[in-house]
Amino acid sequence: MATEAFQKIYTKINAITKATCSLKATGVGYDELATVNGKLAQVVKIMGDEVTLQVFEGTGGIPTDAEVIFMGKAPSLKVSDQLTGRFFNAYGDPIDGGPVVEGKEVEIGGPSVNPVRRKQPSELIATGIAGIDLNNTLVTGQKIPFFADPDQPYNQVMANVAMRAETDKIILGGMGMTNDDYLYFKNLFSNAGAIDRIICFMNTTEDPAVERLLIPDMALTAAEYFAVEKNQKVLVLLTDMTMYADALSIVSNRMDQIPSKDSMPGSLYSDLAKIYEKAVQFPAGGSITIIAVTTLSGGDITHAVPDNTGYITEGQLFLRRDSDIGKVVVDPFRSLSRLKQLVAGKKTRKDHPQVMNAAVRLYADAANAKTKLENGFDLTDYDKRTLAFARDYSDKLLAIDVNLNTTEMLDVTWGLFADYFKPEEVNIRQELVDTYWKK
Amino acid sequence: MATKGKVTGVIANMVLLAVDGPVAQNEICYIKTGGDRLMAEVIKINGAKVYVQVFESTRRMRIGDEAEFTGHMLEVSLAPGMLSKNYDGLQNDLDKMEGVFLKRGDYTNPLDEDRIWHFEPLVKVGDSVGAAAWIGSVEENHQPLKIMAPFGLEGKWTVKKIAATGDYKITDIIAVIANEAGEEKELNMIQKWPVRVAMADYKEKPRPFKLLETGVRTIDTLNPIVEGGTGFIPGPFGTGKTVLQHAISKQAEADIVIIAACGERANEVVEIFTEFPELVDPHTGRKLMERTIIIANTSNMPVAAREASVYTAMTIAEYYRAMGLRVLLMADSTSRWAQALREMSNRMEELPGPDAFPMDISVIIANFYSRAGYVVLNNDKVGSITFIGTVSPAGGNLKEPVTENTKKVARCFYALEQDRADKKRYPAVNPIDSYSKYLEYPEFDEYITGLIGAGWIEMVNEAKTRLLRGKEIAEQINILGDDGVPVDYHVTFWKSELIDFVVLQQDAFDDIDAVTPLERQQAMLELVTSICRAEYDFEEFQEVTDFFKKVINICKQMNYSEYKSDKYNSYLASLEELLQTRKA
Repeated sequence: MATEAFQKIYTKINAITKATCSLKATGVGYDELATVNGKLAQVVKIMGDEVTLQVFEGTGGIPTDAEVIFMGKAPSLKVSDQLTGRFFNAYGDPIDGGPVVEGKEVEIGGPSVNPVRRKQPSELIATGIAGIDLNNTLVTGQKIPFFADPDQPYNQVMANVAMRAETDKIILGGMGMTNDDYLYFKNLFSNAGAIDRIICFMNTTEDPAVERLLIPDMALTAAEYFAVEKNQKVLVLLTDMTMYADALSIVSNRMDQIPSKDSMPGSLYSDLAKIYEKAVQFPAGGSITIIAVTTLSGGDITHAVPDNTGYITEGQLFLRRDSDIGKVVVDPFRSLSRLKQLVAGKKTRKDHPQVMNAAVRLYADAANAKTKLENGFDLTDYDKRTLAFARDYSDKLLAIDVNLNTTEMLDVTWGLFADYFKPEEVNIRQELVDTYWKK
Repeated sequence: MATKGKVTGVIANMVLLAVDGPVAQNEICYIKTGGDRLMAEVIKINGAKVYVQVFESTRRMRIGDEAEFTGHMLEVSLAPGMLSKNYDGLQNDLDKMEGVFLKRGDYTNPLDEDRIWHFEPLVKVGDSVGAAAWIGSVEENHQPLKIMAPFGLEGKWTVKKIAATGDYKITDIIAVIANEAGEEKELNMIQKWPVRVAMADYKEKPRPFKLLETGVRTIDTLNPIVEGGTGFIPGPFGTGKTVLQHAISKQAEADIVIIAACGERANEVVEIFTEFPELVDPHTGRKLMERTIIIANTSNMPVAAREASVYTAMTIAEYYRAMGLRVLLMADSTSRWAQALREMSNRMEELPGPDAFPMDISVIIANFYSRAGYVVLNNDKVGSITFIGTVSPAGGNLKEPVTENTKKVARCFYALEQDRADKKRYPAVNPIDSYSKYLEYPEFDEYITGLIGAGWIEMVNEAKTRLLRGKEIAEQINILGDDGVPVDYHVTFWKSELIDFVVLQQDAFDDIDAVTPLERQQAMLELVTSICRAEYDFEEFQEVTDFFKKVINICKQMNYSEYKSDKYNSYLASLEELLQTRKA
């Protein structure tokens, strides 16, 4: 970044911590960007004439006489159609060897949408995966994370969902992604011929952790451009938000803030909400849908990151390896899409809500039967039937390799009901039983 | 002259000001940053150093930016014309804002000053009036609203002039009053009141006793809430807090419903915006939106305004209560409000209490809940604010400060349970942990006996005992196996399942099942109780399971059918038939 003639250069830093440095400076605005010996930094505290800067890539090697230049603006991104098909770092600089993007400069982390100007999401996003479409239907303008342990194939499932969903743009925000996973996405996008609708902002584990804090805002600023100005349907993928939260906790720790639960900053809820609430259906047709990944530690959802996330997002998707069928399935108990009732039975066949609930209830009965079996008790005839149903249900519907449309999914489920149960055992409205029960 | 200040420090939305004059705690000031005027509230004073929380983003704020104090606390404007409005946490009218995005420093008038109202006086010249006395009335959305003497007015005043029946704007002078000292006040239809101060211009606050019907069976039948009562709904995410809250706000028998969406999802508010103008109030047949006010400070809107939003909502509720109306106030969620307090306490470097919440969190919660209640006004009319808050306990653990402190003050507790939600037993209110203290009130017993008949509370308690017994037996069956317990145990267990499936579980998305009027709840509980009280003959447990599954299925079909319709009656007949086959 070229130094402009009128900019004042400070050369005396008073204090340096691992992530921040402080100096005396005047006329500085809150949130403003600066460079410290060429490294990008942001104003996080002003107290009298003492300004504290958070240096994104860490303060290693910064001397007390480093050159500090204030840029008079908050972090920003140049937006235009030229973003399409490109790969960027956390600052929005190209990392694919291509030219710098020209366009309108927009500050990232901009204002929220006025709630009365939002439209109620009502458009279904079909993924072909029954664990999602049947039980946890996704809707444009929704925000939903995968809650997954690090060993689960969440990035692959998410990529699958992204490629199958009918959207105009897919914007990937990678935070603390391994280089291998980054290359996986890069190859997938390039080879699937999807490159003309991909934009990627990437922070890998090789990059400084604090830089990650810019990734979601960069991705969502680009998303807002396409959704608002071009009325496009934009799908934003954010992986992994736990790594993002880790970076937040590092910064707040360096700033001597009192940690709340699990060493996370007390503002974690608001920090995450600011990102996820960018998901929106605009009245003019554009939309931003966010699918994120929150990695768990040993499946623990009471940890502050998944816990706060769950309160913000519109549901969550859990993956689980089902040992009965040897496949990864979308767990029907713990997964939830809060917006599904906006489309289930409305944009899909009218038996959808009741069929979905009945199947999950029977699947729960199977889980009880399994516990009985494991404890060495005799199974009733009903128990045995639920177990057989559960195996089929898991294999034909819950497994992530399923690719059906919702009507097919419903028909398959009715078929399974008829194979194993009597109508009075499924507790569904009689009219629906009369119409759809497979005799 | 107004006190002025200059910015001397900025940490996120906490700003330090150096001031040149007197400043009050909680006073409002405006800070000029760039071209914007940003509203802020004083939260701590130390000599000429004043800490304020800014209700907006402080991006680009600089040292030396100027602040101007207003001399008043955060207050709301109260007048006819607020029904059906969508406000933010500071009572800005969201519909009056331009553009898709919220702009910093964009404050809009919560009232419509040009709207004409048909005013009818309720006093005449020479009448004596005190604070909150009714001096006139207007009608809004078929709701009779009162124009009142100023809240907090001290002493006795006499009406000097009163406007004749006719059409006026809210800004028109409709009365002049004077006190003994000869001081005169001109009154228009607008009241202003500081949100953090409870409005207490009423005669007394007796124990509440009147059932507030919500149409939700697990509440009305099992753990009823009353007009002027308090309740809270804690639950881990995904257990249906918001669905339950929406169901209550749609169906409750209240005159005014105020929904404070405090730090929750924007799409949930959009759901209300979209549905309420279409949905019909089951009690009056008019559109739900006509009686509803929404305070939307969603999770992505500024944190400090989120903290203020619950007070804004409560103050508006107090305004309508003073008119003798039944107000239902819902806040979703009070945990987000507490978190907003925590964020600020943290920035002020206060010593933290449990889970880093401020030390006085218990007092703040208690004071807030105590503003609800059933009151006898000075003119002996009654009004009420029923308050139901949701709590979002971290990690679903009810042993956290917000839940524990709320439990100390709220009289109804509706515990949402992960296990029930996982099993899709909605609403996932745990019937055993939940309670309503009002069931123990003799006043309530007397009222409900008059409404339904004697023996109702005994029947409710009997159902609760059966549910508890059923749960105990389920645990024993889990340990000992189906064959390890007597057949009787299975009967007892399935009787509790019957209550669970037929009374407790309710489909909020089914047109008929979603709302159950009290009369129908009574019929259903009586039916289920009679089935439970009867004795049956079974040889082995499998017969029990098969029999009760059929019973449950028929009862559920009844829940899905129009009350007392042919279909309903035919299910009832087939139920009788089925019961006869096994009766001992």
